[in-house]
Amino acid sequence: MTGSSVALLLAVLSGAAPPLAAQEIRPVVVASKPFGESYLLAEMFARLLEGRGFRVERRLGLGATEIAFGALRSGAADVYPEYTGTGLLAILKQPPSSDAQEVYARVAREFRDRYGVRWLPPLGFENTYAIAVRRETAARHRLATLSDLARVAPMLRAGLTPDFIGRADGLPGLRRAYGLRFAEVRALLPAIKYQALAAGEVDVIDGYSTDGLIARYDLVVLLDDRGFFPPYQAAALVGPGLVERLPGAVAALTELSGRLDVETMRRLNRRLEVDGEAAARVAEEALRSLGLLESGNSAERRDPGRAGFFEYFWEQREALARLTARHLLLVAVSLAAAIALALPLGLALERWRGSAEAVIRGVGLLQTLPSIALLAFMIPLLGIGTLPAIVALFLYSLYPILRNTYTGVRDAAPEAVGAARALGMTPRQILRHVRLPLAAPVIMAGIRTAAVINVGTATLAAFIGAGGLGDPIAAGLALSDSRMILSGALPAALLALMVDGALGAAERSVGPRGYRAPIQPA
Amino acid sequence: MSDQRDPSFALQAQGVSKRYGPVAALDVISLEVARGECVALIGESGSGKTTLLRCFNRLTEPDAGQVLVDGENVATLDPIALRRRMGYVPQDGGLLPHWRVGRNVALVPWLCRLADQTGLADRALRLVGMEPAVFGRRWPGELSGGQRQRVAVARALAAEPHVILLDEPFGALDAITRADLQATFQQLRAELELTVLLVTHDLHEAVLLGDRIGVMRAGRLEQIAPASELDAAPATAYVRELLRRSKVRV
Repeated sequence: MTGSSVALLLAVLSGAAPPLAAQEIRPVVVASKPFGESYLLAEMFARLLEGRGFRVERRLGLGATEIAFGALRSGAADVYPEYTGTGLLAILKQPPSSDAQEVYARVAREFRDRYGVRWLPPLGFENTYAIAVRRETAARHRLATLSDLARVAPMLRAGLTPDFIGRADGLPGLRRAYGLRFAEVRALLPAIKYQALAAGEVDVIDGYSTDGLIARYDLVVLLDDRGFFPPYQAAALVGPGLVERLPGAVAALTELSGRLDVETMRRLNRRLEVDGEAAARVAEEALRSLGLLESGNSAERRDPGRAGFFEYFWEQREALARLTARHLLLVAVSLAAAIALALPLGLALERWRGSAEAVIRGVGLLQTLPSIALLAFMIPLLGIGTLPAIVALFLYSLYPILRNTYTGVRDAAPEAVGAARALGMTPRQILRHVRLPLAAPVIMAGIRTAAVINVGTATLAAFIGAGGLGDPIAAGLALSDSRMILSGALPAALLALMVDGALGAAERSVGPRGYRAPIQPA
Repeated sequence: MSDQRDPSFALQAQGVSKRYGPVAALDVISLEVARGECVALIGESGSGKTTLLRCFNRLTEPDAGQVLVDGENVATLDPIALRRRMGYVPQDGGLLPHWRVGRNVALVPWLCRLADQTGLADRALRLVGMEPAVFGRRWPGELSGGQRQRVAVARALAAEPHVILLDEPFGALDAITRADLQATFQQLRAELELTVLLVTHDLHEAVLLGDRIGVMRAGRLEQIAPASELDAAPATAYVRELLRRSKVRV
C-alpha cells in the first residue's frame, strides 16, 4: 500500500519539476538576495541581458547569502550580485582585510578554484555596513564615530540583523575592534529595523552605506574610524555553468563593471526605497543613461510610484493572478502528495498500532523544524525553485493528515466495528466499509488543517525562488513597501479562507449521510 | 480429556479456560447446547458469561479446552467463515450507522455472496415485524432503540443461520419495549427452530427465554438446569440467593 503511494509521490513530484531540463537552451537565471539594492542590481543584470537578446528568468529575493550562493553553486541560478567582503568572510570564512584590491583578488582566485564560480570585475562602488543612529541620539551623545559610540553603548539598545549578530565581520568583530557593549541587542529583520529605530524602539542599527532608507529616516552614519569593516565591493557573481554555456552573456554582464559609483547607487536606491519606484523601471533608466540600453525601444509603462494600495493592486492584477495560480499549484501538488502518502500510512498504522505512536511522533518532529531552516537544508539536495519548495510543503502537510487519519479510523464507532467483526467481516472489509467511511470527516478535517498551514507556509517559498504570493511579500519587506507586502499577503489570506471553506464543504459532503460523526471538527 | 463429539449438540465447550493476566475469566467450563435449545447464561458483570459466548465464534481464543460448533472443533475452522454462519446480536445493536437499514440487514448475505440478498433481508425484517417498504430505506439514527434492536435481530437472522448468539440483546431497553421484543423472539425461536445461547443479567429474561439457565460466577458455572430445578434444588448458596432475591423483587 505504502510502496505504491511512494511511487505515486515520486511521479507527482517529478511531474511538478519545472520543465527547464527539457529545454535545449536554458534561460539565464538571474537571482538576488532579499534587500533593495540586490533587487535593483539583479534587475539591471536581467534588463542588460535581455537588451543583448538573451532569455532571462528572474529568481529575486532568495533567502540570504547561504541560499543565494547555494543556488549559484548548484547551478540553479547563473548570476547574482554579491559583495567581496561577504564572499571573503561569510562564504570563504577567512579573516578580514582592509585592502580592497587584495580582497577582490583573493575571492576571485579562491571562488574559481574551490567552486568554479567567477567574480566579474567590480561594478565600481562599495557598500559596507553602516552603523546608524537617529539624528537626536547623535546630537545628545555627540556621536560621530564608532569610537564615540563605544563610549555610550552601555546606555543604548541595538537592533541588528540576525546575520550581522552572528558573522565575524559583524557584531563579534566590532566588539573586539571597538570594545562595543550594548545595553541590549535585539535581532531585527532588515525590513523592520528602520521603522524600529525611527520609532525609538532601538537606538542603533546596522544599515548599508548605500541605503536609500538612511536618507529617508534622516539617520546619522557613524564613521568606522578604526577601519574595521572590510571592503564590500559589489560585483556580479557568475555560476560555473554560464561561462561554458553562454560566454556572450558573461561578456554582456561585464559591460557594467566599473560603471556604478557610490553616488549613482545611492541615488538609484533612493528612488527605489524612498520614492517607491519599481525596480524594473529604475534599472532600465539607469542602464539607458549609462548608454548600455537602446533608448525608446521599450514601451514606457506607467509606474504606480507611491500610488494608493488599491490603485497599485489594480496595476499589478495580472502579475498577482499569475502568482496566485502559482501559489495554488505549489499547495495543490504538495498537498496531493502528502495525502497520497499520509492517508494509506494512517490506515496501515491502524493495523500496526504498536508502532503507530512512534511513527506519528517522528513525522510530528518535522513540524517543529523552522520553515526557513528546512528550506535551507533542501538546497544542497534539490537546488532552488519549485521542487524543494514542494518537498518542504509536502513534509509540513504530512502530520495533520497522518494524525487525523490514524485517530479517525482507530476511534470510529467501536460498537459498529465490534458487530461487523462478530458477523464475519474481514479486517480489510472492516477498514474499507466501516472504519474509513466513518472516519472520513475526521480525515477531511486533517487535510483541511494541512491545506491552510500549507497556504501560509507557501509564502516562504519565495526565499528559495519558487515564486507564488511570497514574492511580493519578500520584495515588499526588502523595499519596505507595505503596498507590495499587502498585495501578496491579502490574496494569501483570502486563499487560505477559500481553501478552508471549500474543504469544509467537502468535509460535510464526505460525512456518511444520515449519520453525524461523534467528533465534530472545530 | 476425551473428545466427546456429538452432532446432536449444536454448541459444546469442554474444559474451557481463559485468563486475563491474574484473572481467570473462564475456569474450566463445560457446557452443551442441544439443537433447537435455548440456554441462557446469567451472572454478574465479570462473571465470564460474555467471554464464554465469544469463544463460540472465536472472538475470544481459550487458553485451554475445546470449543465445538456442530461437532467441529472451532480451532480448526476459519474464524471468518465460522462467524458468518452464526447469528450475533450485541447489546447496543451495533448497526453500521452509515448504512441504511436494508443494507445493514443484508450484511451477512452480502458477505457470503448469497443470491437474492434483498429478498433475504426483506424476509428477515418481516420476521421481526418491520415492514421493509417502510423501514428499509431508513438510517439507523432515525430509529428508536427498540427498532434498532429488532433490526439487529433481523440482521442476525438474514442468512438463515441455525445457531444464534445473543449478548444482552434487550438489556438497554425500557420494560415495555423489552417485553415486546422478548415475545417476538420467543415466537421466532419456535418458528425457526433456532439454537440460542443468550447472555443476560436479567433472571426474568433467562426464565422467560431459556430452556435451561446457566448461572456463572467468577469464571465458573455454578449450576446449569431448567428454571424449576434451580428453584427446587439450588446447587450452591449463590444460586439459592440469586433466586431468592429475584423473587423478593417481583
